[in-house]
Amino acid sequence: MERRAVIETRDLSKVYGAGDTRVAAVDGISIRIERGEFIAVMGPSGSGKSTLMYILGCLATPSSGKYFLDGEDASNMNRRELAFIRSRKIGFIFQSYNLLARTTALRNVTLPLLYNRSLRSEAKTSDTKARRLLELVGLGDRLHHEPHELSGGQQQRVAIARALINDPVMIIADEPTGNLDSHSGEEVMRILQDLHRKEVTIVMVTHNPRIASEATRSIHLSDGRIADIVQNGK
Amino acid sequence: MNPIEILRVSWEAIGRNKIRSILTMLGIIIGVAAVIIMVAISAGTEATIQENITGLGSNLIFVSSNFSRSGPPGMMMAGSSGGLVFDDAAAIAEEVDGVSAVVVEQTSSQTVKAGKTSLEEISIQGTTSGFPAVRDMKMATGRYFNEKEVDQKTKVAVLGSTLAEELFGAANPIGQVISVGSIKLTVIGVLAEKGTVGEIDYDSRLYTPITVIFEKFIDSPFARIRGDSVRMIYVKVSDTEAIDHIILQIKLLLAKRHETTLNDLDVTITTQQDVITAQGSTTSAFRSLLGWVAGVSLLVGGIGIMNIMLVSVTERTREIGIRQAVGATPSDILLQFLTEALLLSVVGGILGMLVGFGGSWIFSQASAMRTVVSPASILLAFGSAAVVGVFFGFYPASKAAQLEPIEALRYE
Repeated sequence: MERRAVIETRDLSKVYGAGDTRVAAVDGISIRIERGEFIAVMGPSGSGKSTLMYILGCLATPSSGKYFLDGEDASNMNRRELAFIRSRKIGFIFQSYNLLARTTALRNVTLPLLYNRSLRSEAKTSDTKARRLLELVGLGDRLHHEPHELSGGQQQRVAIARALINDPVMIIADEPTGNLDSHSGEEVMRILQDLHRKEVTIVMVTHNPRIASEATRSIHLSDGRIADIVQNGK
Repeated sequence: MNPIEILRVSWEAIGRNKIRSILTMLGIIIGVAAVIIMVAISAGTEATIQENITGLGSNLIFVSSNFSRSGPPGMMMAGSSGGLVFDDAAAIAEEVDGVSAVVVEQTSSQTVKAGKTSLEEISIQGTTSGFPAVRDMKMATGRYFNEKEVDQKTKVAVLGSTLAEELFGAANPIGQVISVGSIKLTVIGVLAEKGTVGEIDYDSRLYTPITVIFEKFIDSPFARIRGDSVRMIYVKVSDTEAIDHIILQIKLLLAKRHETTLNDLDVTITTQQDVITAQGSTTSAFRSLLGWVAGVSLLVGGIGIMNIMLVSVTERTREIGIRQAVGATPSDILLQFLTEALLLSVVGGILGMLVGFGGSWIFSQASAMRTVVSPASILLAFGSAAVVGVFFGFYPASKAAQLEPIEALRYE
């Protein structure tokens, strides 16, 4: 069955500096990721996986090449357009959670809705949705806790709920278990697996092979190029 | 992001650093309070002046001696005379056109006794019969002395309302005999309340024919030669348009009578208009000074806001990154920080207004000065606070908006 591509890149490059100091962090990457895939992007530090993630996450634009997200050309967007597309189509999960301090779990989860022009809804319905998502990640009893009152694993689960609130076409996870103990890490991975089963597209950057093995495909980067793509038997 | 959300987030951000926010607002608070208090004081002063001027009576020219009344008239340099004398008034009334009334005034200070009540240092004002008409004063009871009584040096007195009450309380003073200095006067009337005009409390004075003053209280050794000296001549004109012409005529007449030239004239002539202009220009100078004070403190307040907003943007770089990652556009961020700066200055403005009200009230209680808080000053102070907020908030806000999301997210 033909699946629709969520991500399609053609000869994507990102170059920093000029002349002698010119460095191609991403150097001609062409990939296609389909709806519902769970992709792990691997590689040693400096391999360009962070840069690739920023481009795929619409936090940066490529120096050359094309990037289509959900059929939309995001290669040459300005900052405002990038913000719009992030707001509509992408959910982020960061290694360091990046929750707003002194803000309750519920408010952290509804944060993206403040900036979402298409999903702008009544406070009541967005609260209901945020509550449901927090219950989904097992934090139904922590709605009004602030980040400092939550464990690392709990904070990361709040971040997952936040990433889901705008019904994104793709979730980008940057080392989601990097700061967590193994137990919390497993819990986070279990939630990601659940989401994967619900056909949520996930792109996860990691250097941990054991974590990467949970994805359907692993893309290995080296010096900004794709070194290897491993199909994890699904 | 809708405006209510922006306001809520801004309010929370300000509330998180209460002390810092209040210290930041201090400049604005002081500036706005200064504007309101100062305008209130100058408006109060102006209102008092205005009332005084209306209280002076209309269409008046004041002719006063250049010498103090206690000074020795006639002892001056040869060629210059001893100032105004009683006959000058009569001459003005007769020879100058367009004059509807002329009243003279001379004062003395005496101890006044009525029964067992004794009051020291009461101003005894000697006038002529036209005084109440010229100065717009009304009688409460009894009557004012007439021309005949002035001519005959009749020993009568008319009391100011306060003085009457102090001497007689609720009793009827008409017909009572009071002693003033060494002589006795019969009370024939009490004036209606007039209030304090200029610096003179007309209600606490005693009025008697000016001839009585000349004979009993003023030691005027040259009176036989030159006539009795008077402190002031009030000239009421019938037509305000002609006032400049009338002043010139009075000057020429007095120069001739005093055997001097226009330039060396020993009298000063002022009109109500002069008084209004002089006091008006004092107030406006005062006002522009206050304007500068307020302007400078608002400027300093604005710089304070800019400073703290720059600190805030740096401190919250990570937060900005997070907001950008979840979809905040540069203009969302700009608006957020601009609103915060505006909120700081507007809340500062409101606090400043309260301080201004309180300060004006305290000032009016603590001193005799009146204060009038004008709506225009509130609007002005508040408006400038808001302008300051937007102006000084813009640079930090645009700095926040220009942050790169990736850099901001990495910021520790």
